[in-house]
Amino acid sequence: MQYFIQLIVTGLVLGSVYAMVALGFVLIYKSSSVINFAQGELVLIGAYMALWLTVSLHIPFLLSFIITLIFAVFLGFAIEKLFLRPMIGEPILSVIMLTIGLSVFLRGLVIILWGTETRVFPQIFSETPIKIGFVRISQVYLWSLILSVIFLVIFTLFFKYTDIGIAMRATADDQTAALSMGISVKKVFAMAWAVAAVVAAVGGVLLGNINGINISVANFGLRVFPVVILGGLDSIPGAIVGGFTIGIIENLASGYLDPYFGGGVREVAAFVVLVIILMIKPYGLFGLERIERV
Amino acid sequence: MYRLPCGTFNTTYKQDMALFRTKFLKFWVGVFFVFLLVFPFIANYYMLSLANLIGIAVIGALGLNILTGFAGQISLGHGAFIGVGAYTSALLVMRLHLSFWLALPLAGLFTAFVGLIFGIPSLRVKGLYLAIATLAAQVIINFVMIHWSSLTKGTSGLPVNPPTLFGISFDTDKKYYFITIFFAVLATTFAKNLQRTRVGRAFMAVRDNDLAAEIIGINLYKYKLLAFFVSSFYAGIAGSLWAHYVTIITPEHFTLSVSVDYLAMIIIGGVGSVLGSIFGAIFMVLLPEILRLIADALSGVYPSIGNFFSAMRDVVFGLTIILFLIYEPDGLNHRWQMIKAYWKLWPFSY
Repeated sequence: MQYFIQLIVTGLVLGSVYAMVALGFVLIYKSSSVINFAQGELVLIGAYMALWLTVSLHIPFLLSFIITLIFAVFLGFAIEKLFLRPMIGEPILSVIMLTIGLSVFLRGLVIILWGTETRVFPQIFSETPIKIGFVRISQVYLWSLILSVIFLVIFTLFFKYTDIGIAMRATADDQTAALSMGISVKKVFAMAWAVAAVVAAVGGVLLGNINGINISVANFGLRVFPVVILGGLDSIPGAIVGGFTIGIIENLASGYLDPYFGGGVREVAAFVVLVIILMIKPYGLFGLERIERV
Repeated sequence: MYRLPCGTFNTTYKQDMALFRTKFLKFWVGVFFVFLLVFPFIANYYMLSLANLIGIAVIGALGLNILTGFAGQISLGHGAFIGVGAYTSALLVMRLHLSFWLALPLAGLFTAFVGLIFGIPSLRVKGLYLAIATLAAQVIINFVMIHWSSLTKGTSGLPVNPPTLFGISFDTDKKYYFITIFFAVLATTFAKNLQRTRVGRAFMAVRDNDLAAEIIGINLYKYKLLAFFVSSFYAGIAGSLWAHYVTIITPEHFTLSVSVDYLAMIIIGGVGSVLGSIFGAIFMVLLPEILRLIADALSGVYPSIGNFFSAMRDVVFGLTIILFLIYEPDGLNHRWQMIKAYWKLWPFSY
């Protein structure tokens, strides 16, 4: 029983990071109908950037975290402006392929800049685990969970109350209507990429603090797909619910099934769930079912 | 696709549907075949090994182009399907001691059935969702390859014998070349002909608008699944040829990046074009080789360049895909048509 609860708790932590990354993914899809295969690389770049600032330049962690976020904003702008703007109106296959190309490109760049060996963040949180009831939880996990919940709340408020947030939701709902109401759709697309890069960077820093980072963090981008399919590709609450659910499912599957398969169940469990969802309820829990007309 | 050069007039439907519509074209295709046959006797082993890789890639790329280019169903699982073909063929030959010549079509058929299973989601979802469903196929199949180690020997690799025929073992690049080129030509001919049949036209109707296609009487389920079937059959054949060519296969040969490579081939070559698949395959096989030449040349100046080679390949590869999509979205095939059109009217082009 204790093992079970332990798995659930660590699943929640993992799930909170999934939710963060999925949020960025959904945001891009919702506003511009682009499916971003490079989300994992954005996570990777965020993590390495913060690591580089803290370890090589000896900047205090909090400051380097903030600099990373600012850098992520501009990275998002740059990607949107350089690569995605020319693709408006192109077929789905081309857009998918473009983001795949982008992910390969960014991954190569990260390897050239930072190498492939695993690196760890300097100890920021104390190592002594905290006991809640009979569950022992390490401080890194606890802080990751708290931080991601804080960020999720901030972004929910951002979408609900700020002008830009409302403009983004309007664009997502109906581009033409948003245009005619005087919203700059171009700006919204750029903002979507900036926000996506920021949440990815936050996810990357959290992951880096939990496990250390190497190039395989980029695979995180692929594991976000089950999350967004479960929640619905165009639903922000779906991304959050889906993130926690998939995090827990992965942890349980890996905790109980790994001994039988010799490891690696974590990667595949979520995808099995994905196939089942696609067959039963293809538009996810909260996704908008599109009605097509000829 | 149906553009004709100046001065060529068709008066019958038969002429209109012909594969080679002008004498000029027939002549050059003939010359090309002669070249293919003479090539192994003039080329060195390095060039022949590249030719083998290109031949196998052509078959795989044609398969993906039938699914994605003709029928409009996006697949991110092509690499895994090639893997299914490779493992099926290898196991049939090594465990059941079947002949390669029997294992090859069986591998194709088995892969086609696996493709059918993973094509079922295409009946309900399309576009982005289908892309993600095939991504799941890729991940799941790769997981099975790694973890069903009693059958596949997992990551330590499965050794495969080269094929034999009448006591001749096709164990060198030169001998294997004839197998590859035979099947590559066969696959190309079939794909080219498929375009002209009812099935091919139905695929294209499904691609252009599947609802409209259904309304004019095309059985969507049948043709979508058929596209997955044919495409996976091609993948199976390519996988089988690959397995017996490299003689040891591991799951790492069939990861997502292979699927991406094949998608890049059809994008760079030209989506929905048979000739484009060939251009794309040649381009994608030669790209890393050219990069290696450049890296070797630069290694005198920057000795550490060797460590970064695979990363450099990624950067160039990613950038190539992006630049092609932005500046040449119709692929090399389109550029080739433009060049042909230019010279046809030279020096009085308008």
